[in-house]
Formats: sequence, C-alpha cells, structure tokens
Amino acid sequence: MSAETLQVLADVGKGKSTRGVLRVIILALIAGASIASRLFSVIRFESIIHEFDPWFNFRATKYLVANGFYNFWDWFDDRTWHPLGRVTGGTLYPGLMVTSGAIWHALRALTIPVDIRNVCVLLAPAFSGLTAVAAYLLTNEMTTYNSAGLLAALFMGIAPGYISRSVAGSYDNEAIAIFLLVFTFYLWIKALKQGSMLWGALCALFYGYMVASWGGYAFITCLLPLHAFVLILMGRYSTRLYVSYTTWYALGTLASMQIPFVGFLPVKTSEHMPALGIFGFLQLLAFLDYVRSAIPSRQFQTFLWLFAGGIFVMSLAALVVATSAGVIAPWSGRFYSLWDTGYAKIHIPIIASVSEHQPTAWPAFFFDLNLLIFVFPVGVYLCFQELADEHVFIIVYAVFGSYFAGVMVRLMLTLTPVVCVAGAIAISTILNNYLVAKTPTEEDQQAAEAAEKKGSKSGLKSATKPVVGIYGLWSKSLMVAGMAVYLLIFVMHCTWVTSNAYSSPSVVLASRMPDGSQHIIDDYREAYQWLRQNTKEDAKIMSWWDYGYQIGGMADRPTLVDNNTWNNTHIATVGKAMSSREEVSYPIMRQHEVDYVLVVFGGLLGYSGDDINKFLWMVRIAEGIWPDEVSERAFFTPRGEYRVDGEATETMKNSLMYKMSYYNFNNLFPPGQAVDRMRQARLPEVGPSLSTLEEAFTSENWIIRIYKVKDLDNVGRDHISATAFEKGLKKKKTTKKRGPRVLRVD
Amino acid sequence: MAPKRNNANRGASPNPKTATTTSATVPLPPNPPPSAPIPGSRPSSSHSAAHPKTSASAPVSQTWDKVVSNLTSHYQKSTPQRTKLLDAFMAFLVLVGVLQFVYCVVAGNYPFNAFLSGFGATVGQFVLTASLRIQTTEANKNDFPAVSPERAFADYVVCSLILHFFCVNFIN
Repeated sequence: MSAETLQVLADVGKGKSTRGVLRVIILALIAGASIASRLFSVIRFESIIHEFDPWFNFRATKYLVANGFYNFWDWFDDRTWHPLGRVTGGTLYPGLMVTSGAIWHALRALTIPVDIRNVCVLLAPAFSGLTAVAAYLLTNEMTTYNSAGLLAALFMGIAPGYISRSVAGSYDNEAIAIFLLVFTFYLWIKALKQGSMLWGALCALFYGYMVASWGGYAFITCLLPLHAFVLILMGRYSTRLYVSYTTWYALGTLASMQIPFVGFLPVKTSEHMPALGIFGFLQLLAFLDYVRSAIPSRQFQTFLWLFAGGIFVMSLAALVVATSAGVIAPWSGRFYSLWDTGYAKIHIPIIASVSEHQPTAWPAFFFDLNLLIFVFPVGVYLCFQELADEHVFIIVYAVFGSYFAGVMVRLMLTLTPVVCVAGAIAISTILNNYLVAKTPTEEDQQAAEAAEKKGSKSGLKSATKPVVGIYGLWSKSLMVAGMAVYLLIFVMHCTWVTSNAYSSPSVVLASRMPDGSQHIIDDYREAYQWLRQNTKEDAKIMSWWDYGYQIGGMADRPTLVDNNTWNNTHIATVGKAMSSREEVSYPIMRQHEVDYVLVVFGGLLGYSGDDINKFLWMVRIAEGIWPDEVSERAFFTPRGEYRVDGEATETMKNSLMYKMSYYNFNNLFPPGQAVDRMRQARLPEVGPSLSTLEEAFTSENWIIRIYKVKDLDNVGRDHISATAFEKGLKKKKTTKKRGPRVLRVD
Repeated sequence: MAPKRNNANRGASPNPKTATTTSATVPLPPNPPPSAPIPGSRPSSSHSAAHPKTSASAPVSQTWDKVVSNLTSHYQKSTPQRTKLLDAFMAFLVLVGVLQFVYCVVAGNYPFNAFLSGFGATVGQFVLTASLRIQTTEANKNDFPAVSPERAFADYVVCSLILHFFCVNFIN
C-alpha cells in the first residue's frame, strides 16, 4: 500500500514539462545557495577585497574603469618595481578585469549605480552560480539520469575545494577561471559527441576567454589533446574527433595568441606542443582513414598504420631535436616542479616559497571534498562501465587531476570539478537503484526468465540480464536514509569549512575576546592609511614582496617588489637588504631611493604570518644571487636551530629584519621580561639599536612597523657614529672598540 | 678517457642522422593530407612511405602501384562534383601554406605576427574545409546524426568568420 502512495507521489512529477520547470527551479535554487554560502566573509567582516593578489586585480580594474580599455591595454606602471616599472598591460591576464569592467558598465547603462569595489567583491560568488550550472550541463552529457546533473551542480556549488578561491572578496583569476574551465569541457564534450564545427568553435572561444583569464589554461591545452590521444590509442578515432579537435585547435590557438602575455607561446613552448602534435597526427589519420575507406585491403591497412606510427615517432624525435637545439623553449620551472616536487626548492626558491605551491597534505583532500573523495572512485568506475568517448574524458581528467592535486595544493581547484561530476554520477546511481518504487509482477519475472532461457541458448551468459533488484521496502528506505544522512553531513561540513576556514579576508583579522565577543584586528589598514596620509605621494616603500600589491592597492605608494615576482634579482636585492647588516643595507636602500621600510611583526600578538617566519626565504632567495655575501647557515645556531632569543647568531641579530622587528620591543615589558609570543622566545634584555633607520610608525598591535630611511648625515659622519654621538656614547663607543683590539693583541 | 670519448662519439653519431631524417620529413606532414584528393602528389607520399620498409621493396612497390591506380580511379568515380571543388580549394590552401612555410624558412620570419596569422589562416581554413568535406560526404552520414549538409555549411561560414577575425586582429 505504501508503495502505491509512493507511486502517486512520483506520478505528480512525471509530466515532462513539470519536470523541466522543477529542474530550472532547482538549478536556480542551487545557484542561489552557492552564492549565499560565499557571503560569510561579507557578513562577518565587510565588503572588502581579500588577501594579496586580489588587491592588484582590484587596482587594475580601477585603472581600467578610469582610463578606458586602450589605456589599460598599453598600461606601463611606474609605481611598481621601482626603478624598473612593469609593462602591466602586457604581462597580466586581462579576462577578470575586463569582465568586471563590462559588468560595471552594463549596470551603469541600466541606471544601477554600483561601486566598482562591490562588483569586484561579488564577482566570484556570481560566477560560482554559473559554475554550478556548467557542472549540471557537463554531467548531463555523461549520464541519462537528470538527477546526476542536479547533484553535480549542488556539489560544485558548495564544495570547499572550490569555495576556497571564490568567496566574496576573493577577487582572483580563479574566480571566473573555474567556470570557464568547466564550461569549456562541457562544450568540448558536446562538440565531440555531435562532431559539430559550431560547438568546436564555441569551445575555442571559451578556451580563448579562459586563456585571457588564468595561467591554468595550460591544463585544458594538455588535457584535450591527451583525451584525443587516448581515444586514438583505444582505436576510437572517428571523423567526429577530427572535426571537433581540429576546429578547436585551429581557432583556439589563434584566440589564445591574441593575449599579449601569451603571444607566441603556443608555437614556442613545450607545454603547448602536445596539442600541436595531436593536431598534425589527426591530419595524418584523417588522410589514412580516407584511403582506407577507398581501398579495403587488410595488408594495406596494417602497412598504413605502421606508416602512421612511424611518422608519429619521427615527429616526436623532431620535437626532441628542436627542443634541444633551442628552437622550442623547454618546459618552464613551474612545470618541472609538477614532475619533480623537489625541483623548485633547489633551483627556484621563489616558487617554492609560496605556500600554495607546496605538495598537498592528505587531510586536505578530506577537508576540501569530504564525502565526495570517497564516492569519486565509484563514479570513475561507473564511467568504465559505460565507456563512451565522454566517459574516457572523465577518466583521463580524473587521473591527471588527482596527480596534479597531489603535487600542488593550489591545483585542488582543478580536481574539484571532476570529483563533483564523478561523485554525482555515483550517488545518483545509488539513489536511482534504491528509489524505484516499483516491484516486478509475476508476469515480468516469467517474461524475464523466458528471455533468460533464450539468451542462455544463443549467447554469452553475461549478456543476459536476469531480474535482479532491491524490492524490500526496508532495505530501500534504510539505504536512502543513509545516503540522505551522508549528504546532510556533507552540507554541514561545507558550511562549517566555508564559515571557519575560508572566509577570512586576511587583511582584517578576527579574534575572540575573553567573553566570547569578536574583536577585529585592523592593523594592516591602519598602517596603509597612515602611509597614504603621512608620506609623499612618490615615497618608495620597501617591503617583502608579499605586501607589494597591498601597498599599491591600499596605500597607493610605489613599491620595490610585489607579488608579480617577475624579476628574481630585484627580489633578491630586497632580500639581501633585509638580511644583511645595516652598513650593507643602507647603500642598497639609498641606491633604490627607498624612503620607508615596512615589516610585519607578529611577536606581540602571536600572528604567524609575519616576516621573521618568512625570513629564511628572503635569505635563501638572496643567497641564490649572492652566495658569497649571504649564507643561510649563518642564521642558524651551531646546533641547527632557528632562534630569535639571546641564543640567536650574530648574523641574525645584526640583520636589518631582526633589528626592525624587535626594535624597542622590550620597552613594552618590564626589564628582562620581553617575550616573543609567536615563537615563545624570551628576548635579550638589551634590544637591538638602529642607526640608519628611524621608527616612523607602529600599528596598534605592532603587526606593521614602518621605518624611515635617514638621509645622509649633515656633517658627513657615518650613521653609526652619529647615533652614538647623539646618545652621548662617544666615549663608550671608543672604549668598546678598543676592547676587542686589546683582546686580539693578547 | 678513451672509452668516454668513444661514448661521446656514439652519443653524437645518431644525432646528425636523426636530424637529417627529420629535416627530410619535416616538409612531409603538410604533404600527406592534401594528397588525399590530388592524384598528382600521390607518388611522392608513396615514395616516402616505402622508405621505412626497404626489406620487402619489390612486392611493396608493386602493391603501391596498384594502390595508387586504385585510389585515383576510386576518387574519380565516386566523388561528387561539389566535393571535388572543395578538394581543389584544399589543394590550393596546401600550396599557399607550403609557399608561406618556404618563405619563412628562406627569408626569415621577421614579422612573426604576420607569418603566424597568415599561416594560421591557411591551416585553419584547410582544417575547416576538410571538416566540411567530411560532414557533407554521404558515407559519413551515420557519424553526424545532428549535422545536416546545410547546417555544416552554416557552421563552416561562422567558423571561417571567427578564424579570419582573429587572424586580422593578430596580423598587426
């Protein structure tokens, strides 16, 4: 009886149009949910741009809106990388800025006056809604169950692996790139299935948009040829593959070359060669295919395939020769670090120093994907069962995505879509098997048995399909309830992760007061505001490169280095200035016309992302350029410890960074009680003294400290003696100097 | 010292060989696809293909003769007039492409933008025309249930427009 009521309930949603409407409503709700779950940061904090890179994107967008497209395209920025400047228009991916600029203009045309900042803050959540829809479309190409598409959309909307880069305010390239990635894949599958030039061209256009938006476009450039190659190896070459692939490649490559930053790369670097190789190989195959259709001779066919294989091997050899001869640039450093995870640390410390380039720790997979990481292999297995062209794509993507996500934390982002799709296929298959309300009648069973008898006579046993299924209401409801609980836990986990881990702007820090109320620590903006109001407009600020974009964006002052990191030597210069003695640093700072030096110090508050913790990277990068003058070993105690207390090495104590961080710090405490709360170290009683810099500003919680570089002394003394004179220490100084001399003589 | 030098020699000696073979085959890849329609260029491709299998040269050359004659007769018999028109266009594109490539090799690639967009235009147009040819061939109809010949031509026009827009924009 209960089965009948279920049947009635199911019949309500049977009509085709009702289902269509329901689907649209559900999709809209999913898009709404994915937008809403990304707004934690705006509600908890405020509508603000997050972190580091987004500040540059924001600044560039403001420039675009203020000066128009052509000025933006030719933008030479003399306020960064002083004194070099940066050809910003030619060295960025303009997709993001142009998108938000276009949205801003569209809204203005609709007479909705919106601040460009709010467009930028809310761009990522808006595009996440579109990503959910794209995941729905992609999954629908894989299976006949519509529920799989809807589940995939839901997973894509709230999976933390994607939310981590797309909360409101995280205005980064990935914000729109993941949507473009998924949508390009959808168009590719569509083009491949239909063998249509139009879909291939659309795929190429969105590929071009993707190239304009994110450096990760190389993932598509490598994945699509790989898919084609695997299909060819499986003997699945078809004219549809030829049409879709060649259309995509011919148009997509030209589209990608329109971006000045990409330029000639598609014909000159190894990353793009697989796509070109498969393109050529397909031409050959198409020709052979034509000949084969013209002359059916078995011997001739094998001969031809040998010929094709020979050509393939020879062109590979040609590629190797061309690479070694230098016609084609070899793989770039970032790509090497994908194969050999230790490569970057040895050869390119600047890449290894970025935390998001580190290998992934295994809990991160569970943290970012939760339930999905368990059902992901099931979904891939189900793809093996059907194994049409599009399922091969999911399998190839799954293998490569998993590998890359294991190598680099940041590439979890490219794995998430395929995990969502495969997971949705698995879960919808389970639900579809258990949610069937129908039980087979006697007649059905008899018919099936008859069919089985027939089948066993004629064909293979595995080809017949006996009536097997789960018909007990108990087992059904138990299983469905179990799945529902899992899905609910998934939603709760996602919400929890989003609100706790991924919604902090990191420009504004939150802490809890003893009574549980929230306390906002706003040192960054306090300091940048101070710079904006109290320094000359062209005062050059030296800081470690992490803060370059923020200084440019919030304080609007020229910086020496920033997060673009295009010039390793310049960064190493800053690293050298920070890690050397004052006498060495001062000429460097004078040469670069530095007016202020900014350091981040977490010792008072216990803030872990400060400069002392990053200091070893500065040393390493500087050592890479000046191995004679900077040595990493000298910063460790003889026992190999990195210490900041009284036991610290002389090199450490005399380095500019150490002095700037702890200058005057012990005045906050009773004598001899100064403690660095971050590193739990008791500091020496006498703090460091500075002679070439003077303290200009220290923020409320001492997170940011700004020092002014002193001008040359009026009387022509060096700064050390001048400071000593002012302190009235001249006599002591001389005796001090005499002391060691006497010792040496003895 | 001596064995090392020997090794180096051994390592070096295959290199020139591969270089010469590849340099011989580099102009080839553009060749085979075009020769689909044109009987004239067939001998050249057959010659190159016979190269790897030198052991069974006598029967192979015989079969190759047969193959070539079969192919030409098959082509002339079973290809509709419109498709032949497309083939002629493709042959022309291949000719232009080869000319461009030869010019680039001989006279240098100085305005690289211009060369790339010109070469891209010919290659892209060739590929699109080949796609159109495939889609309009009767024998391939089962492969393209969603694409009628009219739709194929409309797609072709749209794709060509996109292609030439990009080329013109890139030419500088």
